[in-house]
Amino acid sequence: MPSLRDRPVNLGRWLLWGGTVLLFALAPLVFRHGFALTMLTQMGTFIIFALSYNMLLGQGGMLSFGHAVYSGLGAYFTVHALNMIGRGTLVIPVSLLPLVGGLAGLAFGVVFGYVTTRKAGTTFAMISLGIGELVHACVLMFPGFFGGEGGISTNRMVGRPLLGITFGPAIQVYYLVAFWCFVSMIAMFALTQTPLGRMANAVRDNPERAEFVGYDTQKVRFLQLVLAAFFAGVSGALSCINFEIVTDENVSALRSGGVLLATFIGGTGYFFGPIIGSVVFIFFVVALSGFTQAWLLYLGLFFLAMVLFAPGGIASLVMMQVPVIRARRFGELVPPYLLALAAGLVAFTGLVGVVEMVYRISDQSLEPQMALFGIGFDARSPRPWAAFALLLAAGAAALGFAARRVGERWGTIQNQMQEGQR
Amino acid sequence: MSAAAIELRELRKSFGRTPIINGVSLEIGRGERHAIIGPNGAGKSTLFNLISGRYAPSSGSVLLEGEDVTGLKPFQINRKGLSRSFQVTNIFHNLSVYENIRCGALWGAGHRYSFWHRVGGLREVRRRAEEVMERIGLAARRGQPAGTLSYAEQRALEIGITIAGGANVILLDEPTAGMSRTETAHAVALIRQVTEGRTLVMVEHDMGVVFDLADRISVLVYGEVIASGAPADIRANAAVQEAYLGALHKENAHA
Amino acid sequence: MEFFVVQLLNGISYGLLLFMLCSGLTLVFSLMGVLNFAHASFYMLGAYFAYQVSLYVGFYPALVVAPLLVGGIGMLVERFGLRTVHRYGHVAELLFTFGLAYLVDEAVHLVWGRAAVEYRIPASLDGPLFRVFTSEYPTYRVFMMLVSVAMLVSIWLALTRTRIGLVIQAALTHPQTVEALGHNVPRVFMLVFGGGAALAGLAGVIGGNAFVTEPGMAAAVGPIIFVVVVVGGMGSLAGAFVASLLIGCLQTFSVGLDWKIFGLNITVAQTAPVLPYLLMVLILIFRPRGLLGTREG
Repeated sequence: MPSLRDRPVNLGRWLLWGGTVLLFALAPLVFRHGFALTMLTQMGTFIIFALSYNMLLGQGGMLSFGHAVYSGLGAYFTVHALNMIGRGTLVIPVSLLPLVGGLAGLAFGVVFGYVTTRKAGTTFAMISLGIGELVHACVLMFPGFFGGEGGISTNRMVGRPLLGITFGPAIQVYYLVAFWCFVSMIAMFALTQTPLGRMANAVRDNPERAEFVGYDTQKVRFLQLVLAAFFAGVSGALSCINFEIVTDENVSALRSGGVLLATFIGGTGYFFGPIIGSVVFIFFVVALSGFTQAWLLYLGLFFLAMVLFAPGGIASLVMMQVPVIRARRFGELVPPYLLALAAGLVAFTGLVGVVEMVYRISDQSLEPQMALFGIGFDARSPRPWAAFALLLAAGAAALGFAARRVGERWGTIQNQMQEGQR
Repeated sequence: MSAAAIELRELRKSFGRTPIINGVSLEIGRGERHAIIGPNGAGKSTLFNLISGRYAPSSGSVLLEGEDVTGLKPFQINRKGLSRSFQVTNIFHNLSVYENIRCGALWGAGHRYSFWHRVGGLREVRRRAEEVMERIGLAARRGQPAGTLSYAEQRALEIGITIAGGANVILLDEPTAGMSRTETAHAVALIRQVTEGRTLVMVEHDMGVVFDLADRISVLVYGEVIASGAPADIRANAAVQEAYLGALHKENAHA
Repeated sequence: MEFFVVQLLNGISYGLLLFMLCSGLTLVFSLMGVLNFAHASFYMLGAYFAYQVSLYVGFYPALVVAPLLVGGIGMLVERFGLRTVHRYGHVAELLFTFGLAYLVDEAVHLVWGRAAVEYRIPASLDGPLFRVFTSEYPTYRVFMMLVSVAMLVSIWLALTRTRIGLVIQAALTHPQTVEALGHNVPRVFMLVFGGGAALAGLAGVIGGNAFVTEPGMAAAVGPIIFVVVVVGGMGSLAGAFVASLLIGCLQTFSVGLDWKIFGLNITVAQTAPVLPYLLMVLILIFRPRGLLGTREG
């Protein structure tokens, strides 16, 4: 990744990591409400999961449709370990359980990785899909270990409390997750700076050339996958501790798809991309799902929009602004951006209106009287339909116009900046 | 007996039923600068691919410094001290110039697939990469993504990646393809410098470069070596003139 | 014996249905290099559209209208979606179809709700057709087989006997040459993608009422068609045909067998969901180009 360079002690880097520690530590003080804390905890877990996924996709060029296998199997092994702690047959602190999950993930990474990394590209994607479905089906087939459809539940308030920490209160779970998230982030970032991490990038860019400089691309991919599986297992373990239950959903295609969506939305080309993606994704899943039934539809639309218009993800959109900011010309971009934002809001309002009304009407059990943005109306009458459709159409047209303006302004700035460089 | 750097014994390669290489036997001595010339479609790149392990021969054998490397994979052959460049630029386009060269130098430094060393702290690797980058004249572009370089710069980077590992036997596939006269002269000086004391095998179409650099020349026509020897001998060889140089002589006479 | 014959017939009819689905997928992959994750979604749309249309005008018009609607949607998707994403590479195309699958799933949820809808076999085709030993074999299954075969034969004829079919065949391996000869290759792409979608939609029309029409049906059949395509060999129609029948029979038979495996406490029927994926993984390990494939994707 071109943005990471070799430097000795980098003050900027220390500030960034230090800032992250502070953010993690102080976030619960701001988001005190129980619901917000739950969301933060889930975000922390998912960040580890998404970063581990990006080790494969963004850094290794391996598109996997079955990454939940490693986190889910890690979760299953953790839940059994946790139950064993509860029964007294295993004596390790609960706070070290993520290592159990990690090791389980690692072990399965070795087993499945050997099979999957022989090939790359579409074949790898297909094999990962097949293994994902295979594991999911097997989980349902062996209820002895996996608990069938009900899964395995547990109690995290077991074992001897260390320094009075029982993991009963949600805030303690948050700090456990925050700790492991921070440690994992550092570890995965450090991995990108190793020979293996660098060669993984090389293999992603040009696997053939990597062979000709002395590296066995299969081995590079294999090791990258094994390490990614370890961190996925850590994330699975934390999920187990947080929810106190592990079901077949943990190894499902849904979860594999979710981490793919989140990582891609955040941006695969930058280390912090999946972090952003996780925050956005969990927000959609946890917060938005409380407001509307159509949250998955909105997520799908958002994902598609990213694929079509910003395949580099949110991270790339942010980083694109950096050279313009440095050249102190960002002010010129603000008016077209604001125009696009306004148009987007109009279109979005129209879209939400239409979608929510369709839901109301199609669900026979609900009354047609509904309220959106504080205004009540009848979903069967044509006037709100016309209004929202009009908003959507007008907003979309305005957005197209605004997008062209943004493009033009960008073009001008880029040309002038290049002139300036000569 | 001092083994030849590269020895080819009755090398043959067919794709399906089409024979491309028809029994090539060749010896290239250590420290020699050897050029392989021939008309288009003669099989020069295929020969390189056979030597470097990209393809396995249909029959015959390849020996590298006395050791049989026939059918080995590219990374295995590279680790034994052979490095090659490509006719169509084959670089890591998302990585920076510096990182590209460093990739070439990494395996040689001996840390293999390490995920516990910080690559920035590997002094030997850093020194080597900086040195190569200076030599190929791309130090000013060190942080630029390789995909954004100009064509000639990418060709220079191509050579840089090839030599970064310190291989003893270097194969360059049309290194000056598409270059202007000044760029070519530059490249020739670079190639001469970096292959000092090493074995160089080069596929080239530019006769000026060939006669400038090569100690010995082999002429490949329809997958067979029709002549092999010192440049003066090749220039005088009737069969070669007829098959290949003859047309060029006429062209040069007009130029 | 009776069990064997009945299950064989069922396996073949299911396999033919799978082939109708996979042929579209294979053609699109061969032509455009895109593995369409949303292909099963077109299957689902076909079933739902047929349900909706048949509510107003009955089953037989729906048999024609629904696939056309789905084909139209397919063409729109290619024109406005895939064509935009094409320049970002194959991974982006794959991700686009992946997101599309999510979207279609949710849109179906949105419009038709989460429960299964009552898409029924029409009365004229309901009931037994003939007897196999002591059981009666349903008419509808035979109808399914007939429609599948008829559709596939017409596709084969269209590809090999018509001009546009020849253009498509040529564009399968040499799109640039075909374009240089003056044919509108992007339009060909659009037609083929739409055609593949229509085929999937037709499969949905006839499969949706034989099996179940619910929002989860795309997710249920989606992975199976990828297994078929991989096992048969990506890009090989003949391979897809063989693999479809193979997996159709495998799934049908295994669900009905109550034998225990090697002394473990599991029956074959219980392992039935796993078998196709096991086959896929084994093929990918030992013969990555599939049974009849020529390339590895």
